[in-house]
Amino acid sequence: MDKWIDKKKFLTLIKDRQSIMVGGFLTCGTPETLIDWVVESGKNDLTIICNDAGYPDKGVGKLIANNQVKKLIASHIGTNPYAGKQMSEGVLEVNLIPQGTLIEQMRAYGAGLGGILTPVGVKTSIEEGKQVINLSGRDYLLEEAFGADLALVQAYQSDQLGNLTYAKTARNFNPIIATAANIVIAYVDNKVEKIDPETVITPHTFIKYLVGGKLSG
Amino acid sequence: MDNIKEIIAKRVAKELKDGDLVNLGIGVPALVANYIPKDCEVYLQSENGIIGLGPLANEDEIDLNLTNPSGQYATIKENGAYFDTAFSFMIIRGGHLDLTVLGTLEVDEQGSMASWIIPGKLVPGMGGSMDLVIGAKKVIVATTHTNKGKAKIKKRCALPLTAFGVVDMIVTEMAVIEVKPDGLHLIERHPEVSIEEIVKNTEATLIYDEVKLMEV
Repeated sequence: MDKWIDKKKFLTLIKDRQSIMVGGFLTCGTPETLIDWVVESGKNDLTIICNDAGYPDKGVGKLIANNQVKKLIASHIGTNPYAGKQMSEGVLEVNLIPQGTLIEQMRAYGAGLGGILTPVGVKTSIEEGKQVINLSGRDYLLEEAFGADLALVQAYQSDQLGNLTYAKTARNFNPIIATAANIVIAYVDNKVEKIDPETVITPHTFIKYLVGGKLSG
Repeated sequence: MDNIKEIIAKRVAKELKDGDLVNLGIGVPALVANYIPKDCEVYLQSENGIIGLGPLANEDEIDLNLTNPSGQYATIKENGAYFDTAFSFMIIRGGHLDLTVLGTLEVDEQGSMASWIIPGKLVPGMGGSMDLVIGAKKVIVATTHTNKGKAKIKKRCALPLTAFGVVDMIVTEMAVIEVKPDGLHLIERHPEVSIEEIVKNTEATLIYDEVKLMEV
């Protein structure tokens, strides 16, 4: 099966009301080309799950600036004034989650777990509406696992099948979201003949579609 | 006092120990990296996936795939390591960090801090701060003593908490304060600032006996 797709095929995969996980930390490791295509798709009422809101002209911030996002699940929105503005106007629902909890909720989903117990958020507003479980004298919050319809991943290298490596701090959320969505699409900087199995971070079976690979090195 | 940030960062740096794994928050805490004692090997952890974070990248060193937690182009030191976010927060939450240094909006007598939201006004979000202060072995708050003349060190935080009862030490341009079960202990003061002045600018009750002078 050839996983390598073009823009035309990609656009058929984007639909209104989808939930989409996007890799990146302040846009380092965000697949900008794929975000541009989602902007072009014009699809609306998206739920975006990403570490942060990016910037108005970079990362998932472009989707927020283009009013395509109905709900944002993130740990930080301070770098994108549109996110705060749309939130106070009531057009964007924002669910702020501690970064370590957010990544674990996705990791747990991909690992077949129902949720995690974390001490983070105990005795804060994060605790509201959640089960507190005491183990060996310490309180933990039960945080439920969640997945998404799509994950948009930024990879450094891929072989023909989709074994992936990542670059430096552009790795961040990418290998985790690749385990937690129904359809995982990776934008690849470099398509290569072979990757040493010892250095593969995401095995190819997690990846449904591949885009890019033009830089080839 | 015109070098407030430098005074705070220099004093925090004295808390570093050889071999420490340390996460520095953005703003004043990040400046601590400039004052690491010469005889001290300290490893900086960066929540976006580095142990061995180096200084900002010069123009000829810029790599689009290498940033610090503020999103600035950065460098990695020799013997550094990269990892994903789940591993990064395993380090942070799992008690593997010796120290974290963070700024704050408010900090109080119980060692609670509030740093991520001013409801209705400013909603940046918590990022990794809640995990950092829960997981690190030692938590230092590095902050200006007041915000436009208003006390930041309070009896109880009024803003939504980042975490309850986690702060070990507060370093400001005026004072060094230790958080203990019985309250806030003033242990050092800036040589040009009197104890009375510190008390006047602090809403929380300060406990003190012998107050040393900060090295500035």
